[in-house]
Amino acid sequence: MRSDRGQRAPLGLKIAAACGLLFLHLPILLIFVYAFTTEEKSFVWPPPGLTTQWFAVTWNRPDVWDALSLSVRVAAISTAIALVLGTLCAAAVSQTRFFGREAISLLVILPIALPGIITGIALRSAFALADIPFSFWTIVLGHATFCVVVVYNNAVARFRRTSGSMIEASMDLGADGFQTFRHVVLPNIATALLAGGMLAFALSFDEVIVTTFTAGQQQTVPIWMLEELIRPRQRPVTNVVAMVVVLVTLLPILFAYYLTRDGDQIAGSGK
Amino acid sequence: MSLDAVVSRAPTPAILPGSGGLRGALSDLFWRRPKFLLTLMLAPPLLWLGIVYIGSLFALLAQSFFSIDEFSGLINREFTLKTYGDLFQAANLDIILRTVTMAALVTLASAVIAFPIAYYAARYARGRWKALFYLGVMLPLWSSYLVKIYAWKLILAKEGILTWLLAKLNLLWPLDAWLSLPIVGGNSLSVSFTGTFIVFVYVWLPFMILPVQAALERVPGNLVEASSDLGASPGQTFRNVLFPLALPGIVAGSIFTFSLTLGDYIIPQIIGTSRLFIGQAVYSQQGTAGNIPLAAAFTVVPIVIMGFYLWGAKRMGAFDAL
Repeated sequence: MRSDRGQRAPLGLKIAAACGLLFLHLPILLIFVYAFTTEEKSFVWPPPGLTTQWFAVTWNRPDVWDALSLSVRVAAISTAIALVLGTLCAAAVSQTRFFGREAISLLVILPIALPGIITGIALRSAFALADIPFSFWTIVLGHATFCVVVVYNNAVARFRRTSGSMIEASMDLGADGFQTFRHVVLPNIATALLAGGMLAFALSFDEVIVTTFTAGQQQTVPIWMLEELIRPRQRPVTNVVAMVVVLVTLLPILFAYYLTRDGDQIAGSGK
Repeated sequence: MSLDAVVSRAPTPAILPGSGGLRGALSDLFWRRPKFLLTLMLAPPLLWLGIVYIGSLFALLAQSFFSIDEFSGLINREFTLKTYGDLFQAANLDIILRTVTMAALVTLASAVIAFPIAYYAARYARGRWKALFYLGVMLPLWSSYLVKIYAWKLILAKEGILTWLLAKLNLLWPLDAWLSLPIVGGNSLSVSFTGTFIVFVYVWLPFMILPVQAALERVPGNLVEASSDLGASPGQTFRNVLFPLALPGIVAGSIFTFSLTLGDYIIPQIIGTSRLFIGQAVYSQQGTAGNIPLAAAFTVVPIVIMGFYLWGAKRMGAFDAL
């Protein structure tokens, strides 16, 4: 599609594409308006008045802080595990050819290709069979499993662009395996790993379907939100938390995009 | 590698002595035996995914062959096909049929809405616009799933923005007429199948746009020009040139929209009627009903459907478009 730079798009196509993008974005923008509404009981539009008092109320809610702290801790540990496992797997798959290579890529992608409810209930029934009580670590176990794939995708794309002869050159110049990893491989894949880590963090921070099966009584931010959606207690607080969640997930995505924008494969294209 | 030549000419040996110690020994071992290094690299991820994930899946599958004692409510850990018999009761078949129909409709609608966006981004957007389009799809894809559903709860509520907008435009009567229809209608959009459908399409749409765009990027522009030079109308060009070439991308996207709709239980629970989808049935069977065998048997349904779907998609070459 390079021979037609000067062409203009037909008007109908332009309108359809613009409407599609508006359909994708307007609902999220609406969240920002509702965070300031004075209405407490219903979702009435237009908002009867605007206020910032709900930010203060939300700030003083311990349950929101507890959920936030649990979510951040789970996402941090899951991301760390996924970074190690995803990088190892990507290095093995892209640097060497061996029997069963395709099966390994499939195995890594499977937790995200099958519906989340299957992963969730599979983990829960395994915990039940093995008599493992729900804890912080049962949540991490589930999250790390599906976070591996985002790190893996980013790392594989970068390894493909990194020439193997650089590693050989480093070895020829007298570096041992560890030095080569530290001074040649790591600087090459660092931004891809950072981008993958960001995406894994965002994925874990937002996950709800698997978490409902592995959390027991604990509340992460998405579980807190789900609880509020089913049995609303204080709607304005939900509005404020929704807005904060949008902002918190937005920044890692933009940053990951910025880190990998020159590459042939851009981070996040396969959630 | 002509190390010998280098060594013989240089006054001092070009090869450094081994660094010694445990670290040097390990490093040498990795170089001499790449298979050992490979095993060492693959072991942690494979052990993790194999034990945690595949192990759990088998545990689930095993449970679907157990049965529940109807009087005591305890799970009887003996092999039986009784649970699968329960699965094929009329009420459960209704749930499966409803979910599959919804998944098919959502996939169709996503394809129709995604095509113009993907086509514009692939063929006309350049430079900064291209990046903007890309982010324009990526940001909604990665925004919080629950917040997106919540936003639609605000929009579709009876007192919400959509009713307000239609009232301003004096267009409430088509909405009321639609809501009074059986099956798709309801008290308001937020408690009807139409609402569930809209939210499903909204949430999974980016998953359709990206592969379709990737497929369209690979269609040479002069193919479209050649088609119109040879006298085809835009409609004919679309039917005979663009659509067949975009089809693998559409099928790739439909894997996501179809699979995600089959397994979702949160959207129909928050925006929809009280009639269940597969995901909700699984959730209520394992939670309040405590019937894990039946819940496990229910999850086998989307696995089997997706198995056939993926098999068909692979035959159509959809995986190259992913």
